[in-house]
Amino acid sequence: MEWETVIGLEIHAQLNTVSKIFSGAPTAYGAEPNRQACPVDLGMPGVLPVLNQGAVERAVMLGLAINAEITPRSVFARKNYFYPDLPKGYQISQFELPIVGLGHLDIELEDGTTKRIGVTRAHLEEDAGKSLHEGFEAMTGIDLNRAGTPLIEIVSEPELRSAKEAVAYMKKLHSLVRYLDICDGNMQEGSFRCDANVSIRPKGQAEFGTRAELKNLNSFRFVERAINFEVERQIDVIEGGGTVVQETRLYDPDRDETRSMRSKEEANDYRYFPDPDLLPLVVDSAFIETVREKLPELPDAKRARFVEQYGLSDYDAGVLTATREMGDFYEAVAAGCDAPKLAANWVMGEFSAALNRSEVELAEAPVNAEGLAGLLARIQDETISGKIAKEVFEAMWNGEGDADAVIEAKGLKQITDTGAIDAIIDEVMANNPQQLEQYRGGKDKLFGFFVGQVMKATQGKANPAQVNERLKAKLDA
Amino acid sequence: MSVDTSEVRRIAHLSRLAMNDDQARDFAGGLSDIFAFVEQLDGAAIEGVEPMAHPLDAEQRLRPDAVTEPDRRETYQAIAPAVEGGLYLVPRVIE
Repeated sequence: MEWETVIGLEIHAQLNTVSKIFSGAPTAYGAEPNRQACPVDLGMPGVLPVLNQGAVERAVMLGLAINAEITPRSVFARKNYFYPDLPKGYQISQFELPIVGLGHLDIELEDGTTKRIGVTRAHLEEDAGKSLHEGFEAMTGIDLNRAGTPLIEIVSEPELRSAKEAVAYMKKLHSLVRYLDICDGNMQEGSFRCDANVSIRPKGQAEFGTRAELKNLNSFRFVERAINFEVERQIDVIEGGGTVVQETRLYDPDRDETRSMRSKEEANDYRYFPDPDLLPLVVDSAFIETVREKLPELPDAKRARFVEQYGLSDYDAGVLTATREMGDFYEAVAAGCDAPKLAANWVMGEFSAALNRSEVELAEAPVNAEGLAGLLARIQDETISGKIAKEVFEAMWNGEGDADAVIEAKGLKQITDTGAIDAIIDEVMANNPQQLEQYRGGKDKLFGFFVGQVMKATQGKANPAQVNERLKAKLDA
Repeated sequence: MSVDTSEVRRIAHLSRLAMNDDQARDFAGGLSDIFAFVEQLDGAAIEGVEPMAHPLDAEQRLRPDAVTEPDRRETYQAIAPAVEGGLYLVPRVIE
């Protein structure tokens, strides 16, 4: 039988406010345990939550960016469950009336087409603390620094049809929250987390199959692998005559498999009700407009502009706008050397390769936009060739100074003096009489040999276009 | 609407509350009485009335995004039954 995969993603993004969603405790990552947990976060009796305006603004920003309706009156609810890293016994979340309603996100598929994925809703909620099970005799350690960190949970429609589509959606959203600067997107630190609801159905069937919820998908790679594993598992279960049960499954990256965590029937009774400690959140049009003014240029718009303004291909524009930082970097380089296509090739080529090789982030790169633009300007004005530029770049990356300093120190300035080039050509011709004879006898392919000899004699510093032109003239003379 | 003892036991379990048979019976009776009292509202004419999420007809006030809470871990942990290395300790929980 042919099966169709149905996937919906729930993505939790930590909002990058400095303080928590309902208290004035800090949210910085990596503090000593419980140094950032105040009485509200600890669930002390008698405390009251007060909503952080910064969290509301960020949620509205996301809503505007995915063309969603902003709910004028949204409501906070208590989601009740028992776990020690949730000291109140409930998580403050939104249930019936989330702040962000139906929106959408366009993803690009492998064949280059675009698919629109519905975003059902996005709601504000608080994060829980962390439980540490290792290292204590019959005890569990609780760190509540993370408790109360603002989260936005973004729920997609079940419209994703493969692990690849799920990853494309997740990457698109990841890029978007980074562009909006509402979340640092750090997946290793858990700032951007993903749960996937996965089911299968016979191709052509309208009803959905029973779904499993996959947790612990904290990298793009894991999302793809976990979904692929889970789809295979469900097909095996059904084709083996069994039925898929609704449950939560945990992905284990070491074994590359999903394991049953708990059956939903008992645990999933959250007894939601409106939180009496919080009044309805009213977001009026004036508030929305203030937020709208803060919206940066979004990835799709920037990509279209790069095509239009710099004459780049859609693919190149897509690569260069994958992150806001890369887009800004490219624009600074392009402006600095006044050669947008050359800048695109270098940023995507040599520069990105160097970043990967050195395993550094763009912000920490030893060559900044100004430095790279300075190098490209020397290619533009023909001081050096593109080939020599790679050598200069390498030296710049290793901290040997800016482009001009490296060119000077290493004597790499291109030879553009026609007289000098002619002299070298004459010498090469004199030293290779046999090849010269063969060439003049009709063996055209030897032209490349002469180019090579001239370049070798000049250590690659001769202007290639000039060498070609002068060589042609002299050989055919 | 009335609640029986099995419903009381289920809620107690979800809330991790210990309860003996006598207590379950007492709570079933007490909770049923409360529901009966509230059910009087079913008789109210509410057609066209929008449900309220809160009894006060007011809006949520927002606070500026600023850190206002100092680190007072030692004070807060002074009343905890067990702490180690800055962590609160609880009986082991493993899913």
